[in-house]
Amino acid sequence: MAKRIDVSGLHVYYGDFKAVEDVSMTIEPRAVTAFIGSSGCGKSTFLRALNRMHEVAPNARVEGKVMLDDQDIYAPDVDPVAVRREIGMVFQRPNPFPTMSIYDNVIAGAKLNNQRLGRTEADDIVERSLHGANLWEEVKDRLSKPGAGLSGGQQQRLCIARAIAVEPAVLLMDEPCSALDPISTLAIEDLIAKLKENYTICIVTHNMQQAARVSDQTAFFNLAGTGKPGRLIEMDETNKIFTKPDKKETENYITGRFG
Amino acid sequence: MTTTDSSATPQTPKGKRRIGDVVFANTASGSGILILAILAGVAAFLIIQSVDSLGANTANFFTTTGWDANTREAPAFGVAALAFGTVLAAAIALLIATPIAVGIALFIAYYAPRKLASVLGYIVDLLAAIPSVVYGLWGIGYLVHQLTPFYQWLSTSFGWIPLFAGPVSSTGRTMMSAGIVLAVMILPIITAISRDVFLQVPQAHREAALSLGATRWEMIRMAVLPFGRAGIIGGAMLGLGRALGETMAVAMILSPALVISPHLLQSGNQTIAAHIALQYPEATGYGVSALIAAGLVLFAITLVVNMGARYIVARRKEFTE
Repeated sequence: MAKRIDVSGLHVYYGDFKAVEDVSMTIEPRAVTAFIGSSGCGKSTFLRALNRMHEVAPNARVEGKVMLDDQDIYAPDVDPVAVRREIGMVFQRPNPFPTMSIYDNVIAGAKLNNQRLGRTEADDIVERSLHGANLWEEVKDRLSKPGAGLSGGQQQRLCIARAIAVEPAVLLMDEPCSALDPISTLAIEDLIAKLKENYTICIVTHNMQQAARVSDQTAFFNLAGTGKPGRLIEMDETNKIFTKPDKKETENYITGRFG
Repeated sequence: MTTTDSSATPQTPKGKRRIGDVVFANTASGSGILILAILAGVAAFLIIQSVDSLGANTANFFTTTGWDANTREAPAFGVAALAFGTVLAAAIALLIATPIAVGIALFIAYYAPRKLASVLGYIVDLLAAIPSVVYGLWGIGYLVHQLTPFYQWLSTSFGWIPLFAGPVSSTGRTMMSAGIVLAVMILPIITAISRDVFLQVPQAHREAALSLGATRWEMIRMAVLPFGRAGIIGGAMLGLGRALGETMAVAMILSPALVISPHLLQSGNQTIAAHIALQYPEATGYGVSALIAAGLVLFAITLVVNMGARYIVARRKEFTE
């Protein structure tokens, strides 16, 4: 299930603009890897390049290599649609489909893979995914109600349930708690700790305490300067990054003495 | 500074009435009331003017197909055939135009390269600027001749369906032709509104679908069409409103007959609007009043269609943010 991601020499461009420069890293399976860094440092772009979501923007392209176990996700014969079925994503703002019920939201992705999904099979997937997202107890009596009627934190867990219903190998989370209150944030963090038993998880966060709490590995990104591309400064065990980082830049950032 | 006077004269805080605000508020509410007044005025006019002939009518207005109203003695007329023709022409137009318009709108919004999309959007908007009399000329001078062989084929192949039963009108001036021209006329409005709604689908919803491994078409089905549903219906209803009331093009194209006929490829049928336009110049006796009664029916149909559309749009409110 969980797979390792191996990135080597990855550059990401939007048209002529180079957003991310020369990133190489290994993202371990069954672990949480946090990407930290100031706004605009390319960490979200890098995250989106891992499942080719950045291609939604016109003229986006990459150089370099991203391997999912032994499969090159940028190989010419690889369909980005297939990549995204392997590598799911959770976004900054909870985005359940507004016209769908809770049930339909969860099953939406699974239906794409299997058009002739039986009713009992679908019920199983919905229950399993909602359990997996720690949401089942809260919504089991109102599965046919609109997903948009849930609270923000519940919506975000609904989105996680929707993502894991497809049974991906990797879950990418782009600041999943930044629109949530502290209680909901705690619920998501607990969930991340549980999910890492089965998935490879990458999380972008602005909250350094969160990175310290949930992640095993931390990668620090920074800009070389205004208008310059973002670069990976340092990546290591989370403990080490937050106690004795190798680079001065990292230390400045995590201690709040930035720049 | 702020406490010097307040203890002496305790007052509830009162907004100062600024002249600009007062003028604007009155202008705005005046405009709103004017709309209601115009609508009520039109309805009152139609009702008052039609009472005359409806009282004298010796036939049942709602079930009679004939139109014998240009007399002072025992007029006998009914709106049945006209109402049927009106709804039929509009329905054909809507059935043809809506899928095409949604297709064009999706193409412009999600498939076409950006430059082509803006050119295409512009051209579609231009279609809306063509006067209806020009559509009528085009329809009768060109389109009907091109369509006649197609009607022949349709009738030979699918003549067993009553809609397409022969004998096919040799002039091509049929309900089908009128419906097709109306479809072209309402295409721009449906396209423009659908396109606007499709472009408003939040990026978050589209990315949600894509991140689940949806193809572009699946993304459209999951995120764009459900979100745009109300907009498509709204656009279609605006188009329907235009098709119901369209006069000139239908009057020019259709070879009228006051019958209720489901045979789209034969000549016959007539719409209320075209009937009024064609009959009005030579109306005598109760004629004018009878035509106004027909106009009242058209008014009522349009009102019902619009209210129906609003109901459909509102019914799914719970599921839209």
